[in-house]
Amino acid sequence: MKAGSRLEKILSSGQFAVTGELGPPRGADVEVIKKKAEHLRGMVDSINVTDNQTSVVRMCSMAVCKLLLEMGLEPNLQMTCRDRNRIAIQSDLLGAYALGIKNVLCLSGDHNKFGDHPQAKNVFDIDSMQLIQTVKQMRDDGKLLSGQECEGVPKFFIGAAVNPFGDPFDFRPVRLAKKVAAGVDFIQTQCIYNMDKFREYMKRVVDMGLAEKCYILAGITPLKSLGMARYMARFVPGLDVPDYYLKRLAGVEKKKQAEEGIKIAVEQIQEIREIEGVAGIHLMAIEWEHKVPEIIKAAGLYPRPEVE
Amino acid sequence: MVVAERKPIKEILAMMADYKKILLVGCKGCVTVCCAGGTKEVGILASALRIAKKKEGKPFEVIEKTLERQCDPEYIEQVAPIVEGEGVEAILSMACSVGPQYLAKRYNVPVYPALNTTFIGGSLEHGVWAEFCQACGNCIIHYFGGICPIARCSKSLLNGPCGGSAGGKCEVSPEIDCAWHLIYERMKALGKLDELTKIFPIKDWSTSRDGGPRKVVREDMKL
Repeated sequence: MKAGSRLEKILSSGQFAVTGELGPPRGADVEVIKKKAEHLRGMVDSINVTDNQTSVVRMCSMAVCKLLLEMGLEPNLQMTCRDRNRIAIQSDLLGAYALGIKNVLCLSGDHNKFGDHPQAKNVFDIDSMQLIQTVKQMRDDGKLLSGQECEGVPKFFIGAAVNPFGDPFDFRPVRLAKKVAAGVDFIQTQCIYNMDKFREYMKRVVDMGLAEKCYILAGITPLKSLGMARYMARFVPGLDVPDYYLKRLAGVEKKKQAEEGIKIAVEQIQEIREIEGVAGIHLMAIEWEHKVPEIIKAAGLYPRPEVE
Repeated sequence: MVVAERKPIKEILAMMADYKKILLVGCKGCVTVCCAGGTKEVGILASALRIAKKKEGKPFEVIEKTLERQCDPEYIEQVAPIVEGEGVEAILSMACSVGPQYLAKRYNVPVYPALNTTFIGGSLEHGVWAEFCQACGNCIIHYFGGICPIARCSKSLLNGPCGGSAGGKCEVSPEIDCAWHLIYERMKALGKLDELTKIFPIKDWSTSRDGGPRKVVREDMKL
């Protein structure tokens, strides 16, 4: 065991893992977090807490992770390089571990141009690849980037993201190989809609032997409506939503679109479980946490395994 | 070259609101090449200011002068007779921001920048300039097929494209080429894709602005 988190235990025992996601509020209301988290309780093995996603100011990921721990839930701290330099990153990692956080997801971060503070100065002192290396160095060598020995070593289970649908497609498996070489333990992918392309990506990843070197969790985001699907297709760079899903949602009346979206997500999960090299799913039900139990149960992923 | 563009006339007029006589100084260096602050642009701005002031019914005199460069004290010295002998109330510089700082150091009158200094770059086509360098102080472009990921990737990533790269364009804007897509294609054409599989180490930014304002000292050239 590298970190001994619940997520690591499930993945290393060969069981199909399910992670969820919780987006912190744009304010200091703890009740919002508790409410969202209760929907996820018992449904997922670990909960990602986003780090000012889309560069919109929200309650800090570390604080929300601590609140989840207090609720008896396992958090996965998302950390971006957009807002912190190497000093703040290492400091936050030490603090997070001291609070009991054992999973960390290393990200470059969405550009601040998209958020509510496009005037902000961004940082990008290091990139996501180097962040993985940093966490690994701290964990395995017990040393900070400066070479200073850690007084108390943070033992993190190290995660990273990949987007199989970003361009250039041929470079994407190579980029994953770099993340594996950097020391990643688990991967959560961008939301998958184009299943054929994902299969092709996974085939290459498996052929390169990468699926044996890290646990790959396939990203699923249920489509709440035709409007959301259209938005994802048109405005989210690097996302690939095939026309057939748009047509399928357009084919049902508006109040039944949510139900259809859930059906699609469940079908996707079932298809994904058949793909070689996939170790679990990462369910990102954006502002739809209350639908997670329904999806997980329909996909046959409930109850979640017990760990010691 | 240093690429700059002129500030909006409204902003410049607001700077000049209280003056009756100014010196407008252009520069024959980079800003002439990027058509922002050469002799021609000095003439255009001087005319625009005169017309605007006339409309307001305010007396206004502009002395026009374009120097060889504004980043060298010897050229800055050339306007001393005008500044000190002709009752100039303010200096408006059309150089990159180095120029107004040199002028302010030398002369005891207020100095204003007429340009916004934008970046170190080059021209793409007639009338279009783009950023190519961020002056990090330790050039590494040869590792990336001659394309700078620091200046040209929106996130200055050193290890490949982020998830937002789509169709060769950056997630920040379809107007921006994804630098990593360009790097990938270039390395592929050079038969050097293998080099992109190596992890590029964390960069030392102390040679960049992060180490504080920089200075180049050439002992062999000092008198």
